[in-house]
Formats: sequence, C-alpha cells, structure tokens
Amino acid sequence: MSEEIRLSPTTEEGVCEAVMMAGANDGRLRVAGGGTRLDIGRPCNHTHTIDLSGLSGITLYEPAEMIISAWAGTPLKELEAALSAEGQMLTFEPNDLRELLGTEGEPTVGSVVASNNSGPRRVYGGAARDSVIGVRFVNGRGEVIKNGGRVMKNVTGLDLVKLQSGAWGTLGVLTEVTFKVLPKPELVRTLALSDLDDRSAVQAMCAAMGTPFEVTGASHLPAAGNGAEGSRTYFRIEGMAESVAYRSAKLSDALAAHGATGTLEEDESDALWRSVRDARPLAEPRDRRVWRASLPPTKGPDFVAGSGALSYYFDWSGGLVWFSTPMDADVDAIHRLAANHHGHALLVRAPHDVRAHAQIFPPQQAAVERLSAGIKASFDPSHILNPGLMVPDAPH
Amino acid sequence: MSAIAFPEPDVLVLDRRAEIQRGLAELVPDECLITADRELVPYETDAFTAYRRVPLAVVLPETTEQVSAVLRYCNQQGVPVVPRGAGTSLAGGAIPQEDAVVIGVSKMSRILEVDYANRTAKVQAGVTNIAITDKVARDGFFYAPDPSSQLACTIAGNIAMNSGGAHCLKYGVTTNNLMGVKMVLLDGTIIDLGGSALDAPGYDLLGLVCGSEGQLGIVTEATVRILRSAEGARPVLFGFDKPETAGACVADIIAAGIVPVAMEFMDKQAVEICEAFAKAGYPLDVGALLIVEVEGSDEEMNATLSRIVEIARRHNVTSIKESQSAMEAAAIWKGRKSAFGATGRVADYICIDGTIPTGKLPEVLNRMDDIIERYGLRVANVFHAGDGNLHPLILYDINDADERRKAEEAGNEILKLCVDVGGCLTGEHGVGIEKRDLMTHQFNEQDLHQQMRVRAVFDPTWLMNPAKVFPLEGRIEPVLEAAE
Repeated sequence: MSEEIRLSPTTEEGVCEAVMMAGANDGRLRVAGGGTRLDIGRPCNHTHTIDLSGLSGITLYEPAEMIISAWAGTPLKELEAALSAEGQMLTFEPNDLRELLGTEGEPTVGSVVASNNSGPRRVYGGAARDSVIGVRFVNGRGEVIKNGGRVMKNVTGLDLVKLQSGAWGTLGVLTEVTFKVLPKPELVRTLALSDLDDRSAVQAMCAAMGTPFEVTGASHLPAAGNGAEGSRTYFRIEGMAESVAYRSAKLSDALAAHGATGTLEEDESDALWRSVRDARPLAEPRDRRVWRASLPPTKGPDFVAGSGALSYYFDWSGGLVWFSTPMDADVDAIHRLAANHHGHALLVRAPHDVRAHAQIFPPQQAAVERLSAGIKASFDPSHILNPGLMVPDAPH
Repeated sequence: MSAIAFPEPDVLVLDRRAEIQRGLAELVPDECLITADRELVPYETDAFTAYRRVPLAVVLPETTEQVSAVLRYCNQQGVPVVPRGAGTSLAGGAIPQEDAVVIGVSKMSRILEVDYANRTAKVQAGVTNIAITDKVARDGFFYAPDPSSQLACTIAGNIAMNSGGAHCLKYGVTTNNLMGVKMVLLDGTIIDLGGSALDAPGYDLLGLVCGSEGQLGIVTEATVRILRSAEGARPVLFGFDKPETAGACVADIIAAGIVPVAMEFMDKQAVEICEAFAKAGYPLDVGALLIVEVEGSDEEMNATLSRIVEIARRHNVTSIKESQSAMEAAAIWKGRKSAFGATGRVADYICIDGTIPTGKLPEVLNRMDDIIERYGLRVANVFHAGDGNLHPLILYDINDADERRKAEEAGNEILKLCVDVGGCLTGEHGVGIEKRDLMTHQFNEQDLHQQMRVRAVFDPTWLMNPAKVFPLEGRIEPVLEAAE
C-alpha cells in the first residue's frame, strides 16, 4: 500500500471496512479525530491515517436523564453547545491543547475519551473516564464491540469502557461515546490567595479540598508563570447562587491563616480556568519540552524542586504539575523522579525525532507491562491500530 | 428455563482432594485453613442463598504473600479458585463449587494509613466498607460508596462487584472512588495498580479490575478516596398516591438542574415492610415514597429543599416529612437500608438489580406489574430513582419449587425488559451466577468474545471464579485464541 493514504469513513461500517482492509494488506492505521493531539506519544509507523471527523453528530441526548451520546468524530464544541443550550455540561472540563502543541483542527469527543482528557474540575468531579458510561468501537479484527451503555449505573460484564478511556486509540477505533453530564452551576466564584510559596500553596489547597465547601478547582501559579507580581493560588466554588456566597465566605475564613483572599471578576475567572485547563502558561517559549505529572498532591512541590523545571504550575490541588524542561533534559530521570514521588509523568510536547526514541509514557512494573501487552493483543492481535504510540511495538 | 447450572466438577481435582488439602496446609498457618466437612458448610453460599455448593477447602490468608502462594499452587495444580469477601453477594458471586478452593480475605482487615491532606485511605481488602467511614468520621471524613450491606461487606467484595449504594447519584460508585490496588494474579505475581496519585498511568487496568467479579485476580490492599462530609444532610420523605407520579417527580427534579445526594423510591409494599421493621416514621397511606436527601449548611439545604418541594407539589405530593434530628435521619436511612433484610423476614425473595433510563420509569413500572401479576406473585419495589437502578424484590416461598421457578422466570423477564428499554442487567450487584445466562440478551457474541479475550489475559484456563459472569455455553477456548 502506498504511503499516508487517508481513509475517511462516515459510518461505523466504514470504520470496520477500513480496519479489515488494513488487516488484509499488512497496513497500520494512525487513528485521528480532529488531529489536534496527533503529536502526543510515539510517532506511529503507519501506512494510513483513519480520519474520524466524518463520523459526526449527536446520536442521543436526554437532558432529564443527564446523558448524551455522539459519534466519535463529533467536534467537542458541538457537543458542549448542545449541552449548554439545556443548561448542562461535561463534568470533567476537557482541555484544548492546540495552543500548547501548535496544532489546528477541532478536538473531537472521541479524542477526549481516547486521551482521558480531564481539566481542573477533575480534582472534584472525577476524570473523563469517570464520566464515560458507554462506548462502541471497532477492534483490530474489524468487529464492532459495544460496552457500557446509556445508563449511569451498569456493572454488567467486564468494564471495557475504562480500558478504552486513555488507551489513545491503541485498543480500538472509537465510533460512539456516551457521557453522563451534570447541570451547569448557576454561579462560579474564584477566590485567590497571594504570594504563597509552593509548599504553603499546596498546603492551603489540600486544606481547602478537605473542607465541606466543595472546591471544584484548586490551582497554584508561581510568580514566574502568571504575569502578576507574586504567586497566586486559586480556589473555585460553584453552585446555586445563595450557596456559592455562603461557601465562599466560609472558605475564606478557613484559609485565613494563609492570608486574605481576593475574588476574581467573572470574565477574569473564566479566562484563568481556561488557561490552567489548556496549559497556556507553558505554550511559550516553543523551544522547551512540556510535561504533565500526576502525583499525590502533597508530593507536587518536592517533585518540581527536583525536576529542573524551567517553568511550572500546579492544578488539582497540587496533584497535577504542568512543567517545562530544556530540550536536552534527561527524560528517564524525570520518569524516575516522578516514580520516586509516587506519581508518573507524560511527555506532552517534544519534537518528532525525540518522540521517536524517548520514553513518552511512564514506564511500569514489568508484570503490568506484560498484562498491558496481552490486553493490546486481545483487542488488536495484528497491531493495526496506532502501533507503538504508547509502548514500542513488536517488529511488524 | 431450568435452574442455574454449575460446571461439572473436575473429577481429577476431586480425586486429589486430600492431597490438595495437604498441599495448602504447607502454605498457610493451620488457623488459616478449613478442610473439615462441617466447617466448610458456612462457605457453601453467599446472600444468593437458593444455590449452594460446599467447596474443597477454604483458605483465609493473613498476608498478600500467602495469597500469592495459594494462588500459585492452585494454578499449578489446576484447581479452581473462588475469591470471597464477606459473602454478601446478592448475585451468587462468591458461591463456590465442589472442586474449588475458596480464598477469603476476611483476616486481612486492617486500615493501614489515612492521609487527610491527600484525602486517601490505604486499607487491607478484608476491611468492611463501614469501618473506613468509622475510622475517619471523627475527623469529618467519609468513604462514599454505601451499599446496603455496608456493615458486613468488604472492600474486596465492593471492588469485585463495583458496588454502589444510595448516595452514588452524587458521589459515584466504587470505581469512581478507588485509586489503587495491590492484587495477586493467578500465577502468584503481586502487582500494584494506581496508587495515591489522581490518575493511573497506562491502560486503565484499575478500572478493568473494578467490577471484574473475582475473575482477574485477588485484591489484597486498596487505596480509596475519602471525602470531607457535608456540614449537614437531611433526608426528606415525599409521599405520592401512585408510583408513576413519584417517577415523574424524580425526572422533573433532575430536569430543573437539581441533583440531590440521593433519591430513593419505595412502593407501598416496601414501605409497609420497612416501617414494620425499622419504625422509621414512614407514612403508610401512600402509593409510593421518595426519600430525597440534600446536603450542606441549614440555609443551603433549605434553599434546595424549597425548590424540590415546589416541584413535588406540582406532582400532587400527598405528604412531606423532613427529618428534624440526626436520630430521625438515621431512622429514615435505616428503614431504606434494611429493605432487603426486612423483606427477608416476611418471605424469601429474589432481588432484581436492572438499570433503566429514568425516562422509562413509568412504562417499566407498569409492565413489571403485568409480569408479576401474570405469575401470580407479589413484589416490593425499592430503587435508586435518580440513576434508574431498580431493585424489585420478588417474594416467594423457597420451599415451593413451583413458586421458586416462577419467581426466577419473572425475574428474568423483568431483567430482559430492562435491557429492552435501553438499560442493563445489573447496576451494582454484579452478574455472578444469577444473571450469567442472560448475558446473551445484553451482549452479542462479538461483545462477549472480546470480554472473554481480555479475561484470558489474566486467566487463560478458566480457574478464577469460573462459574460466573459468562454463560457456560459459548465460552471460547482461550488457549486456541492465544495461539492465533
């Protein structure tokens, strides 16, 4: 088969045909939605790109049941607009990394699931994988498989929905996804503390998360990263109007030992959480590698201090560290450091030639890697789907 | 439809019974091994008591290493293994078979570490669900999933079944509150999945293991999310003239953008049974009862409740009763959570666990009544109305073979109805043996084969809890699959 042919199915059957065609011809498919995240992970040694953007549209939306289903290639913004029109939202605040990665196109709902992409509200409301309640996908044999469904509580059989979430398209080409959703809060208020060092900030954030006041975002931007004079630590409270006023006041009291809290204006608050969500503080300069590390929140500051980070900030109460390193930083040392702090790191932005050889996804215990390889083979025995994206592929 | 079948016991294993018992005795201390016939009987079933099989031996290890040694031995000897928590499965998930070794985690019941800053608790898997909340409650924290059996059930069992509870409308089920496990694979390998970071790396094996019904390995430790309790919580009783009205009220509450912590439904029969048992103060002159719980400060609860009351009035609510004290609140929940136990005092019952799209509630309630009536049976309905997880309790007499058959058939019809309207066979109890043979109604052959291929990665020879989840007919030969 010739190099880099684009397959653009518009139906689920079309996806099956594409996968079977690849299987019959020793082909390897790179799975693409809107193409905004194709530069994350190891470059696939692919023969074709399967472009899902033509498999698009909302297939079911029941606001009173708080669930929505859509074809995998549906633009995220289309789904979010439909939800917004009914006063609802995705709970996990998926990010948009186009600015960080310098990519174009429209993020799709399939890619949100495939990358288990969760933003600031993850610390309160769970990850993308917690909101996905059903999937349909085409496995490497060209078979359509369904798992989960359209109801919120479902423990029938093995949970392949979870396996597909965060598998980066290596275990199947997602064709349809179903999310549980929530009402949009009536009111959002963001409180800020000033001039805390990293340790004090994480302490304050963990204390806030341990109050009954339902903090839905907790982020700390050190002085260097935020354009302000000193550091800022942000806390978000959402809900019914009367309740937001009450809880904001109580949270301010609870944080009094860390200083006086200020309140952000509404548009300022929106812009802040979008920026935190999308890693905008690290978009520039371009000649740096960008990482995200997931750790127990209290380990965040020590991890950063040892990482040689050029710039960084904390989300998820300290449990998510976005940071940048020089282009020649030791990748394996970062992975080791994260593991030593009970966490793991993902190299999100790096040049193509680096990604071809470096450890992008965190290494795991040998027995777990063996299981993962077995699971890959159980879905995609001929290694047709995104081969090598997460772990180096066996010779084809 | 005939009674649920068990696989034929492996004669080669049964013939080596004494030898296998001796082999196990070399791996664990005497007090951790049960082989005497009489002492094995308590392990012959779980809370799905209509079926029972006495196992070959029961091992109650004290450490992960002992679990590892026993699993490795069973794997080498080709002996089936049935994992067991507290034996509270309503789906028969822990029912053994004659040629199997039961591995119970009940001796591993310590809470290892509580970390309030990171909001995690690390526990041994045999700890009871309630023990975690008991441990952290004095500091204002709790562990969210709260199955009705929480006084007895273990975290190991909760993980195996991905247990839910009354409050998962807001807080999610086990899989949403589980951050890491230490588990032992069939070959004895000990692995750690996830941990105390928010996200786990690689494929979501933690998510796969949760709800896998003891088929992939045995979990010996878990790290769970603990949460700060709300300032206050107030369950309120809403009485309606008939079930359909209560169902419509639930849909309108959600449509109004209000997601209460819990919304529980009970029909007249269930109200009467629970009230007689728990003296919770439930109104007895209603056709259906909703327990709606709100959380927060007094002001917040008042504000939310006033909106809910307004909606309920539009649906001609016949009585509203707010709990006035912590004791009253506890009594209201005691009544609901003892629904299964209280029902067990008046009759034997089959507990259904299907989930339906909540919009189908009125239709399903009507069709369910038709089914029950056709079989000449009685039903008591309790369920988690907010998420559509139904628990009709079909009442019957276990000593009346014909009635038992009718109850099972009616139950199967109701479960198929749940699937047909867009729902599923089980919302939180698991498939076990109970719903195993209905799996083909929800999944086609390709769906099931994909699940079995994943299962085979962990257990290629069907030794781990082998009688469960997948219909006995149509199982694929994993060895052949692997050689493909």
